[in-house]
Amino acid sequence: MSTVAQPATLGRRLRRWEGLPYALILPTVAYLGLFFAWPMVQAFELAFHVDGTWTVAPFRTMYHDVNFHQALTFTLLLVAVIVPIQFVLALGMALIVNAKIRGRGLFLAIFILPLAISDLAAGLVWQSILTERGYLNTVLEKIGLIDQEYIWLDPTKSNHLLVAVVVSELWRSTAFVMVIFLAGLQGIPHEYTEAAEVFGAGFFQRVRQVILPLLKPSIQVALLFRIIFAFEAFAVIIAITGRAKTTLATEAWRWQAESFDSHVAAAYSSLILILSLLFAGVVVWLLRTPREQMLR
Amino acid sequence: MRGWGLRFLHGVARRLPKALVYFVAIVLSFWVLAPLYVITLAAFSSGDDVYDYPKQLLPKDLSTGTIRFFLDFPGMTDAFWRSVIVAALTLALSLGIGTPAGYALARFAFRGADTVRLSVVATRAFPIVILSIPLAVIFIRWGIDDSVQGVAIAHTALALPFVVLTTASVFAGVPAELEEAAMTLGCSRASAFARVALPLALPGLAASAIFVFIISWNEVFAASLLTLQNRTLPAAVLSTLEGAPLNFRFAGGFFLLAPSVLVILIIRRYLFTMWGRVVR
Repeated sequence: MSTVAQPATLGRRLRRWEGLPYALILPTVAYLGLFFAWPMVQAFELAFHVDGTWTVAPFRTMYHDVNFHQALTFTLLLVAVIVPIQFVLALGMALIVNAKIRGRGLFLAIFILPLAISDLAAGLVWQSILTERGYLNTVLEKIGLIDQEYIWLDPTKSNHLLVAVVVSELWRSTAFVMVIFLAGLQGIPHEYTEAAEVFGAGFFQRVRQVILPLLKPSIQVALLFRIIFAFEAFAVIIAITGRAKTTLATEAWRWQAESFDSHVAAAYSSLILILSLLFAGVVVWLLRTPREQMLR
Repeated sequence: MRGWGLRFLHGVARRLPKALVYFVAIVLSFWVLAPLYVITLAAFSSGDDVYDYPKQLLPKDLSTGTIRFFLDFPGMTDAFWRSVIVAALTLALSLGIGTPAGYALARFAFRGADTVRLSVVATRAFPIVILSIPLAVIFIRWGIDDSVQGVAIAHTALALPFVVLTTASVFAGVPAELEEAAMTLGCSRASAFARVALPLALPGLAASAIFVFIISWNEVFAASLLTLQNRTLPAAVLSTLEGAPLNFRFAGGFFLLAPSVLVILIIRRYLFTMWGRVVR
């Protein structure tokens, strides 16, 4: 392309300007620096810096708080129960939509419906089902399984509340994992699974020995995000259990919103950050691709 | 006769897996749909029905009583409009700032592009929870605590990485050759973008924008820490929950959920264009 004797108009100079991509990303980098990175640093300062001295006092207050152990164990339990069940459920949904069956478009449309529902809304939905005069008891009574209302959300029964929160979270957030799995599945050529079938591999064998290994990158991404999000469980806890159960996030919220102590609140949120990155990191590391396989 | 029977059995055995797949698919569909049906039913039952037991399982005696009770609840309509304003501000800010970055990542091979992409992805790994507390402290200092602007700023920080990654993936789906052709035919870089790339990317960008709206509409942790009087809808619902009557909870749940479900129905087709690159 000749550029002989063309006047260097603004447009033409812009076309050749090497700094253009940097100019385009600058606003994003500046905004994230100011409202993401800097507050993050401030959070750690809040947690470790009180009245002009460096200290671990906020963490000590947190540790000795009456709710701390309950909040920590309940949060860890939620992560440990939700993530594996969700994995199986999402994999099942993704395999159904990816199978060559009629109506798969309809099933996909149904499975992704909860994708954008908030945990607060989901909590309220499941409350309408599980509440004493709710829909689950109505159905169970109609088919004759119970003859008086069962109290599903009994605040004194820890396991009941755990199951209720787990069910609500599974219902709401499995769509997210399924979308990631499905995107991964669609990158696996049908020939692979067909070949395995020709050689006599059954359904579960195909899933375990062909699909899961090839799906590993998607599994890593999905688990990474789901573990991090599960550590942040907040509004669903308040919607379903009221004040009967707490998590690290509800505690962070209460210290900030009700006790006006940003230091302890920041200590709680630092703990959430550290734990979620630690757990997510371990899972991603466990699922790493060994070097000999990377040479393929 | 025996051969026919065997063939029949073989047919059943071959079809069984497919029947099983349909069975599981229908059970899972029921699991997703039933709660949606139930909350809609609860939200549109009359005020007295909400406490009725056993509950109606079929839509008889529909009424807007419960919805009206929710909207008449002190502060709820204001909170509703505040949520709309915050979401609109978030949308304008995050698309205005993030779309150029998405375009740059999709079109230019520049030094540091991978670092930018990776750090944007990495922001998603940091919990929203940790961001809100220092922002609450900073906003008091700046005098924008308890305001829609403050919440919109926080929501933009959450939505921006999403916008950058999804718009990058949308622009990557528009062939660069088309823009180059426009430029050889005399378009400037800017007009090639505005007249060729933008119209083609518009549906994807709209899908991304709608999703940003929902991110802001749903967000409750930051919103309830950054406001006190001027609550957004989820924050107002959350702070009213304790001791709230059942009809408030049901209608509240429905109100928070309805836009999210509608949005997914609308942008379903663009979900994978948006997410394709994000998840890999």
